[in-house]
Amino acid sequence: MTALSEPDAPTQPIPVASASLERASRGDQIFRGVLTLGAVTIPVLLGFLVFELWMGSRLAIDKFGLGFITESTWDPVAEVFGAFPLIFGTLLSSVVALAIAVPLSLGVAIYLVEFAPKSIRQPVAFLIGLLAAIPSVVYGLWGIFVLIPILRASVFPFLRDSLGFLPLFQGPIYGPSMLAAGIILAIMIMPYVMSVSREVLLAVPNTQREAALALGATRWEAVITTVVPYARSGIAGAVILGLGRALGETMAVTMLIGNRHEIAASLFAPGYTMAAAIANEFSEAVGDMHLSALAYVAFLLFVLTVLVNAGARLLIWRVARGSGAGSAAL
Amino acid sequence: MFSPTMRLAACLSLLTLGCGSGERRAEGAATTGRPAGNDAALTGAGATFPNPIYTKWFDAYAKETGVRINYQSIGSGGGIRQFTEGTVDFGATDGPMNDQQIAAVKGNVLHVPTVLGAVVVTYNLPSLGNTALRFDGATLADIFLGRITKWNDRRIAALNPGVTLPNSDIIVVHRSDGSGTTFIFTDYLAKVSPQWKRQVGSATSVQWPVGLGGKGNEGVTQQVQQTEGAIGYVELIYAISNKLPFAHVRNQKDRFIEPNLKSVSAAARGADLGPETDFRVSITNAAAEDAYPISSFTWLLVRRDNPDSAAGGQIERFVTWMLRPEAQRMAADLHYAPLPVPVIELVQKRIAG
Repeated sequence: MTALSEPDAPTQPIPVASASLERASRGDQIFRGVLTLGAVTIPVLLGFLVFELWMGSRLAIDKFGLGFITESTWDPVAEVFGAFPLIFGTLLSSVVALAIAVPLSLGVAIYLVEFAPKSIRQPVAFLIGLLAAIPSVVYGLWGIFVLIPILRASVFPFLRDSLGFLPLFQGPIYGPSMLAAGIILAIMIMPYVMSVSREVLLAVPNTQREAALALGATRWEAVITTVVPYARSGIAGAVILGLGRALGETMAVTMLIGNRHEIAASLFAPGYTMAAAIANEFSEAVGDMHLSALAYVAFLLFVLTVLVNAGARLLIWRVARGSGAGSAAL
Repeated sequence: MFSPTMRLAACLSLLTLGCGSGERRAEGAATTGRPAGNDAALTGAGATFPNPIYTKWFDAYAKETGVRINYQSIGSGGGIRQFTEGTVDFGATDGPMNDQQIAAVKGNVLHVPTVLGAVVVTYNLPSLGNTALRFDGATLADIFLGRITKWNDRRIAALNPGVTLPNSDIIVVHRSDGSGTTFIFTDYLAKVSPQWKRQVGSATSVQWPVGLGGKGNEGVTQQVQQTEGAIGYVELIYAISNKLPFAHVRNQKDRFIEPNLKSVSAAARGADLGPETDFRVSITNAAAEDAYPISSFTWLLVRRDNPDSAAGGQIERFVTWMLRPEAQRMAADLHYAPLPVPVIELVQKRIAG
């Protein structure tokens, strides 16, 4: 297709005045310069950010070293700080969110692409996309006023009664908890995972489906054996996008998670995340060591995000070998 | 606040007057229509708790004098930091600067008390009806330490004769964000309980032995209101305007005091302020007869010697204005306890000197 559409520019000079050619090339140069500047700015900004975080956390790094990662005390009065409960809470709340959001959004995406009547595809996709436009503080307030009362009154007791043999669903029920935060995060990342998965599924060529159907597969079998595997790397990309959102989300989480520097086996127990701790304590932190510990937490959050993203990309790369569609979505 | 185009327009229109100190003058002139040379604008940053009254004062002051004061309520910690770095003309804080912080500005700071705040203990015990619970400091400290875990504990019962207390768990709710409210509350608990002082201490955020963290007054209130058997602490103003139940607390003179503007002002009246005071006094657990014990000043941080003498004069004029009865009345309208007269006189003397 490229051979047909691309004109053979060098051998067919376009007859134009040299002045205008010169002007055009100068225009190109400016355009190129502007774009390069834009492309360079972002890595420079990122480098500057990392440098600032590093400098800001020097005091805490010198005092606590890597022990900061495994230490569980967080005592601003005695100036003893450790981020283990925060790191744990950040990862666990994101995992809970993914466990809820991924099956749901994938289900919605498959339904919209493969099964839904044409007339409702666009409206439903549009409505779910709207969820992404709601500010996180509104999610937080909705969580406090609507979600938590429902969870405490019916969902949590039900989980405790039916799945109480698991340590995950034991212990006293307060309302604000790791699970409440995970649920609100799941709702918040759903539109991202859903939209990207939907785009990826749409990109799967029809020939794939037709081939499966021709071999006698049902619609369901065609989707599971052909369409989804074909799109798997793109779907993994959608999940990473959701994970990135979940790791960094601050406001809604801090309003629902209970903000307790503690590690508990139960999802009903309150917890804390790195982003929430920074948002909560930064504005009123007065001691240098306290500030520095918060900067250290921010630095670790950055490292954690990079590691998680790199790991996920590696995973996709391994999954994607040999499969085509959707890698473009990354 | 102003779009770049508006700024540009304001600047252009002022070109003949000189656009040297830029934005500030342009803003002042654009809104008051006065010549740019005469009026300056001041910037301040700090405590969120007094933000409503500061906003009201600055607005009234601008209308009266044409001097605009921009205030960012970014929190006391941020206020102290910006003041120390010299990026604002004045700071504001709910907890006084400590000696180390004062050394960082080479002692060039004066704490000016502006209004008073108080922290109340709120709870969710529907069986109580309209009866207000009574506490003393030691009992409160032990509840927040997790050493008293049931509502019908005999120590709570002894303070509340005739009240039937349920046999349910006490669920402690505290602030999760660093805040002046937490500072005042923990400062009080540290004064009345040696155990609290040893184990937790007082600061804008502390390591809570038990309980759930709620973000802001509204977060604490929500968790208390939704959880039967919960106890938490919020600002007095927030409790009054949201009609929350709050406890009476026993003061040093063994009287149970209901928190209100009068009992909070009384705490300040009893404060031990010598003529040489730097106003950095804690008035929690105050000695006065009718003082509510969990009260505190909130302060403006101003420079004793201001290298920018124009700004220094402006701040001095504002402080003088703020101490006038009309301004202090505005505070009472918003449920802030106004400064008692002896304190006002002391501040006036200090500003003049």
